[in-house]
Amino acid sequence: MRIVLFITCYNDTLFPRTGQSVVRVLERLGHTVEFPIEQTCCGQMHFNTGYRREAYPLAKRSVEIFSNAEAVCIPSSSCVAMMREYYPALARENEDAEMATAVAQLLPRIFEFSELLVDRLEVTDVGAYFPHRVTYHASCHGLRSLHLGDKPLQLLRAVRGLELVPLEGLEQCCGFGGTFAVKNADVSAAMLTEKTRAVLNTRAEVCTACDNSCLMHMQGMLHRQFAGVRTLHIAEILAGTEDTPA
Amino acid sequence: MSAAGRSSRERVLERIRKANFGAARLQEPIPRAYEGAGSDRGHAQSAEVVALFEERLHDYDARVFHVHQDEIAAKAAEILKAADRRRIAVPAGLSATWRADGVEWIADHELSADALNAVDGVMTAATLGIAVSGSIVLQHGPTEGRRVLTLLPDYHLCVVGAAQVVETLPEAFARIDPTRPVTFFSGPSATADIEMTRIKGVHGPRFLDVLLVDVLLAQD
Amino acid sequence: MSLVQIEPGGHSSRILDPKTAPPFPDAAKTDLRDTQLRRNVVRATDTIQGKRAALVAEKSDWQALRDAGAAIRREALANLDRYLLEFEQRFQAAGGTVHWAASAAEANRIVLQILQREAASEIIKIKSMTTAEIGLNEYLAQHGVAAHETDLAELILQLGGDQPSHIVVPALHKNRQQVREIFARTMGLPDLSDDPEALTAAARQYLREKFLRVKTAICGANFLIAETGGITIVESEGNGRMCLTLPETLIAIVGIEKVIPRFADLEVLLQTLPRSATGERMNPYNSIWSGVVPGDGPKKMHVVLLDNGRSRVLRDAIGRQTLQCIRCGACQNACPVYRQTGGHAYGSVYAGPIGAILTPQLEDMRHAQSLPYASSLCGACYEVCPVKINIPEVLVHLRSRVVDRGRRKLASFFDQERAGMMAMAAVFANHRRYGAAQRLARIGQRTIHHGEAWYHWLPGMAGRWTETRDLAPLPQQTFREWWHQRGRS
Repeated sequence: MRIVLFITCYNDTLFPRTGQSVVRVLERLGHTVEFPIEQTCCGQMHFNTGYRREAYPLAKRSVEIFSNAEAVCIPSSSCVAMMREYYPALARENEDAEMATAVAQLLPRIFEFSELLVDRLEVTDVGAYFPHRVTYHASCHGLRSLHLGDKPLQLLRAVRGLELVPLEGLEQCCGFGGTFAVKNADVSAAMLTEKTRAVLNTRAEVCTACDNSCLMHMQGMLHRQFAGVRTLHIAEILAGTEDTPA
Repeated sequence: MSAAGRSSRERVLERIRKANFGAARLQEPIPRAYEGAGSDRGHAQSAEVVALFEERLHDYDARVFHVHQDEIAAKAAEILKAADRRRIAVPAGLSATWRADGVEWIADHELSADALNAVDGVMTAATLGIAVSGSIVLQHGPTEGRRVLTLLPDYHLCVVGAAQVVETLPEAFARIDPTRPVTFFSGPSATADIEMTRIKGVHGPRFLDVLLVDVLLAQD
Repeated sequence: MSLVQIEPGGHSSRILDPKTAPPFPDAAKTDLRDTQLRRNVVRATDTIQGKRAALVAEKSDWQALRDAGAAIRREALANLDRYLLEFEQRFQAAGGTVHWAASAAEANRIVLQILQREAASEIIKIKSMTTAEIGLNEYLAQHGVAAHETDLAELILQLGGDQPSHIVVPALHKNRQQVREIFARTMGLPDLSDDPEALTAAARQYLREKFLRVKTAICGANFLIAETGGITIVESEGNGRMCLTLPETLIAIVGIEKVIPRFADLEVLLQTLPRSATGERMNPYNSIWSGVVPGDGPKKMHVVLLDNGRSRVLRDAIGRQTLQCIRCGACQNACPVYRQTGGHAYGSVYAGPIGAILTPQLEDMRHAQSLPYASSLCGACYEVCPVKINIPEVLVHLRSRVVDRGRRKLASFFDQERAGMMAMAAVFANHRRYGAAQRLARIGQRTIHHGEAWYHWLPGMAGRWTETRDLAPLPQQTFREWWHQRGRS
């Protein structure tokens, strides 16, 4: 089928390899990926920081850009949560009936990446090979807003060569929280320290998740500490094969 | 009430009305899909419910003794003498047939706080038992006594009929008289305020014994 | 300027006043360095959370109870005037007196007037967040009335000159040695051990003397019942029952939002409150009564209904759900931010997630503006709230209220964050502008940075990141550039 990719602003700029991996996986599964060039940002950063007025036009244009898609793939659970939880409210608050209708029609067709694979495409084995010891962190939006449950784990368990180890406290927030990481840098670092300790205790080489925001945060401290652990978005693990290692 | 007080009342009410203007005045029924909702009084008791009640009482370190209705006095006296609790306060309306010899029964005719502080314990009937939480409910009628009676003494011997035990809180609320005072007891008083170490018996009785009467209890 | 006193042992005791408290990041910075506090907070919150989780798991109707509880609280708020009037009528018919206080100051005055009429120079108190909110103890002390706290935790705090740091376990930041030191000094017990049993026994004895002597008591209430004019007190220690049966006069100070419509509504809330607050199926004692009970308990019963900003919270369509709160503290136990800082950093008697939304709203957003930002929006609080307050939704909404207040000020034009946000909004509005901004950022990076090495230091706000975390450099090619290069369009 034709899958439209909403890469999200921060993946576009900071984690292009995640987007490339999504494309690789979906094409490997025989689907066509489209990328509407007009896309920019879902508006979450502005919305969450209190610039609700500025988030509205960003949300509106995002809805318009993807309105014709049969399925939209969004490799970021926080952005999916933004759309599901707050796009209807934004339309209502701005008395935008047209947007409200468009949102209602779009929402059933947007999917976070692991949701797309497991729920929409009904596949858990995407033919991946990743011979490393891996632990999985449950991003807060994926866990509590999207109720991803163990979909990401189902995908990881099907990866050849991958040794999956459980992360203690996997449901506890890593401390990123968008601008929180900077506005409350000390508390954010304290939260991250606890998360880092849990990751190191797994003796995993790689820590993965469905959100690069968390992974960027976690990698920041792991890198600072020369811990010998790297983070990798789940799409990049799933894109890996024997011929094209992740 | 002073004039200033009256105007505060009006001011607060007006603020509330203004704030709620346009807010949906909820006439929708409350969704009550929880267990036991809509209970009526006529729910049959089961042995499992009574057994659960006893189990939960044991969790609180309460002792439970099973008796027939005509054994209450003898059993009570036996327990009290064994614990060397000889001076026992009772509500004035507690049945005389429950008070055996060998114990000094002090009927509560407006006993002073100091007098209540000095007795060895108190014995009362009860209104309800709630199995899930191991709770005993008193409504402070003539056989249960005023509230301070089951507060100051360090020991409480409570007579609960098996037919008075319900399983869930909604079933209990179907039976509680909302026009009378109510006290729920669920284990001895406790605190976890010091390093989260649970200490039992801060104020209120530290020791609870329950006489579980296995016949329908006639109202005295 | 908030007063900070350093106690022996290096622990500070602050006045928790949102009007003067330092912003959350500043207060947190200090408390994060208190290793004792952090250890205590983690232990306390882990303990209650574990017990709560076990009890929730055994209750297959837990979500149904949450739905009912949320609906009951919403209904009460939507019809608040009616239910308060019904309560007032029933309570007074039962021999009680109802007073209405529009503000904290007025509530304090009303209480003092009652005490002066009773010629009471001392009172005993049950723990009440509401009385802490209005600063009752301090006000009474200024007017010659001594208020003796009788909850063990509040006793510890009062004798130690400290402030609560948790709704349900207010003294969780204290360890046994600290408690022993406080009791030994103030109760004159130099040989007291630090065993919690011994400490509790000392408190029991110290307080019993007061219970038997003091004729006037002050309390809060967990719920007011409109249908019956009832007051509900939920407690563990028994000091509540002491205060509401032994004295001759009892004064309850209760927020107007505490009213519930029907007596039977308690069958829901008394299932969810104890499990959420202390991880028990039921707390030791619940007392429900109305007005004066003849021959049983106080002969004079007063309720002071307190507004103090609550009616204003009600006006906010999104914020009003804050008033559904039943003060269980589960949100604090679940919060990963509170876990690191404890309660004092929030600068208010209401701390943690509920404090972050309640305190600034009670202050009409004039104070405590840093609190809505004291959250990573993880949603753990919403997940555990027994009355389904969508705390993240309110947090985000309050942030927009803070920003909107700032828009009207001249200073906002010089604000770094606002400038950045406005610039980003313009960039995101147009994909060509966005692509250009991406390229510009890369060009800018080349002037200060070479190669693949990560940033260990950045200037300005970004520097707060690099204090503790590295940052990868911008990749050489964005996704859309890669896509374009691939030849798709």
